[in-house]
Amino acid sequence: MKRAIYYLNQFFGSIGGEEAADTEVMLKEEPVGPAEQFQEMSEECEVPATIICGDNYINENTEKALADIKEILQEYEPDLIAAGPAFNAGRYGVACAGVCKLAVEELSIPAVTGMYEENPGLDMCRRQAIVVETVDSAAGMRKALPDMARIGDKLVRGEELDRPAEENYIPQGRRKTVFREERGSERAVKMLLKRLNDEDFTTELPMPQFDRVKPADPVEDISGARVGLVSSGGIVPKGNPDSIESASASRYGCYDISKMGRFSSNEFQSIHGGYDPVYANEDPNRVVPLDVLRQLDSENRIGELDENYYVTTGTGTSVENSERLGQEIARDLKDGNVQAVILTST
Amino acid sequence: MNLQLSRIKLDDVSFGSQTRIEDDELIVNKGELVDVLEEDRRIEKAEVSLARPGEKVRIIPVKDVIEPRCKVGEGTLFPGSLGEMQQVGQGETRVLDGVAVVTTGEIVGIQEGLIDMWGKGAEYTPFSQTINVVLDLTPVEGIDEYDHEEALRIAGLKAAAYLGEAAEDVEGKEVEEFSLPAIPRRNEKLADLPKVGYVKMLIAQGLLHDSYVYGVDAKNIIPTIIHPNEILDGALVSGNCVAACDKITTYQHQNNSIINDLYRRHGRQINFQGVVLAPELTTLEGKNRNCQYTASLIENLGCDGVIISEEGYGNPDSDLLQICKLLEDRGIKTVLVTDECAGQDGFSQSLADSRPEAEAVISTGNVSHPVKLPPAEKILGNQNTLPNLAGGAEQSLNGDGGVTVELNAVIGSTSEIGYHNLSAELY
Repeated sequence: MKRAIYYLNQFFGSIGGEEAADTEVMLKEEPVGPAEQFQEMSEECEVPATIICGDNYINENTEKALADIKEILQEYEPDLIAAGPAFNAGRYGVACAGVCKLAVEELSIPAVTGMYEENPGLDMCRRQAIVVETVDSAAGMRKALPDMARIGDKLVRGEELDRPAEENYIPQGRRKTVFREERGSERAVKMLLKRLNDEDFTTELPMPQFDRVKPADPVEDISGARVGLVSSGGIVPKGNPDSIESASASRYGCYDISKMGRFSSNEFQSIHGGYDPVYANEDPNRVVPLDVLRQLDSENRIGELDENYYVTTGTGTSVENSERLGQEIARDLKDGNVQAVILTST
Repeated sequence: MNLQLSRIKLDDVSFGSQTRIEDDELIVNKGELVDVLEEDRRIEKAEVSLARPGEKVRIIPVKDVIEPRCKVGEGTLFPGSLGEMQQVGQGETRVLDGVAVVTTGEIVGIQEGLIDMWGKGAEYTPFSQTINVVLDLTPVEGIDEYDHEEALRIAGLKAAAYLGEAAEDVEGKEVEEFSLPAIPRRNEKLADLPKVGYVKMLIAQGLLHDSYVYGVDAKNIIPTIIHPNEILDGALVSGNCVAACDKITTYQHQNNSIINDLYRRHGRQINFQGVVLAPELTTLEGKNRNCQYTASLIENLGCDGVIISEEGYGNPDSDLLQICKLLEDRGIKTVLVTDECAGQDGFSQSLADSRPEAEAVISTGNVSHPVKLPPAEKILGNQNTLPNLAGGAEQSLNGDGGVTVELNAVIGSTSEIGYHNLSAELY
């Protein structure tokens, strides 16, 4: 038998109602309430222990509570964490999310929980845990638990889950590579026929929701500012010493330009896979205008140029990688006391 | 316009003394083919090899794939690109079905990709299913990139035409007719059927990012209406390599799957109005002009619905979605065909632009999906180019000769004309 440790709040853990919401992390060496039903439904797992914690306590003392829970989990070394379901209870949902995230990220233990789609805990853990879709009240317990038990069994067996709608969990947001029965062109024609006949159809790619980044305020006095140079145009020292990918980049380079008046075509090249590189290789300053900035510097129109130059490749680079690279570069720029940045793309 | 594609099914290719077709087999005089290719003074050396489905062969870096064919009677196979202008799309064209020319050789840029003929890699590329006549082409020293690219592009076309000549005296057993009369006559006869158009977007952005229409660089045209038969019969040639996964090879122009699947329904479920070629340019002004002009052409054709296929990803996403919006605003229903850049783990948003009007989208897969491919017994080309190719990385070369790449680097894997079954689904 595999082992699942179950997490519940004070109410479902039969400690008490709101008056017991300050209960500290406690362990019962038996399946309690929903955990008992879960154990009955599961084909793979027994539940040797239930962790119970008050909703207020874990939300107000998160760090301490999670550290205590981590200790328990390390002791039991379970194959699975099950939590909730939390339905639309906000504090409980956030608690379940915290426990699931801890299990997956820090202990590599798979986690299953259940929530209503508007529960604030959902976005905290949907990527790490499998979150069964529930209604907004505990009336959905009888429906949610079998789903959690079935998914839990699959997780401990290391089986791939079926589609979210078939398993009844909320999509994690992952675009999974699949082979479909018909080729894309045939599917496109069929989808168009459905549209023309006013029949229902399902898009294969719902439009992404974009984060909008508010542009920074203008630099008040550029003539006194330390200016940085950052580019997604793939201009790197010849030989590409940091092995930045020509597309779908996962890394960036940082190069000392303090001794350079301009980028020399003998020493720099484009490794960007998304544009005609001939003109950039002829004169890399066309992509990253170091020459012009040196000129502006000599005319005292900018304060000074940062000694480092940062570069990556912008083609096919995932938004997640872009965000991470951007944050790392921004941190370095801030540490370098840079007040303004010229960003060039291609 | 009336085109017959007459298919000669071929089971094997071998080398022999005279290039000919015999008992469903193509025999190639290697020396003669090499001579034809080396006529071009830009090519120092041409080597010809074969790669059959199932063989443990990896071809890398691949520039283009072309289907060998032969025009019966007067005609040019790739007019404007190879030989003089001669309108195509009419008459009989013989197809060496099951065979493809694949060009490889020194890397031109950093955009070429790979074909695996066996195993897991074969599942991702349609060109693992063709018997490939592989041209390994070494250019003369000191050649510039544009000449290098052109020399390889033309060499592939020449080889396809040379091999195609073997079909001059062989009749195809399977003849497919592609016939669309003039638009007013179509509309008279098929008044009750919805009018459907196809917007075929083409990358037109410079070296290794160019497409050719009757030999004209598509950067230099505004969007144009073209008869689907002309595309099926060699009017379009690829000079594009971005990215290997979703470039439309010349072979895929010749066998455009959207045109084929629309044709099959013409006269029964739809009234196929034709194709608009929409070049994807680099400038905002160019994008605005071409998107608006495309929408205008489709509106003037009177289309009720349209399929739009993208080529490439990133900036062309904005062209795709702008065309979609302009058409939906005019009440014309659209279905878009695109691939996704969702990151290796699939968790990133997939497109560089987004419009609520894009309600109906076909996904042809995530270009960043990583695949681990086993070592090949034979490499045609040079595998060490891989870390520099789009989809490759420093850690792409596994010590044992195997490789780990993103689908980015696999030719035709996420083809946005829906040539393949690959897709992505929300999990």
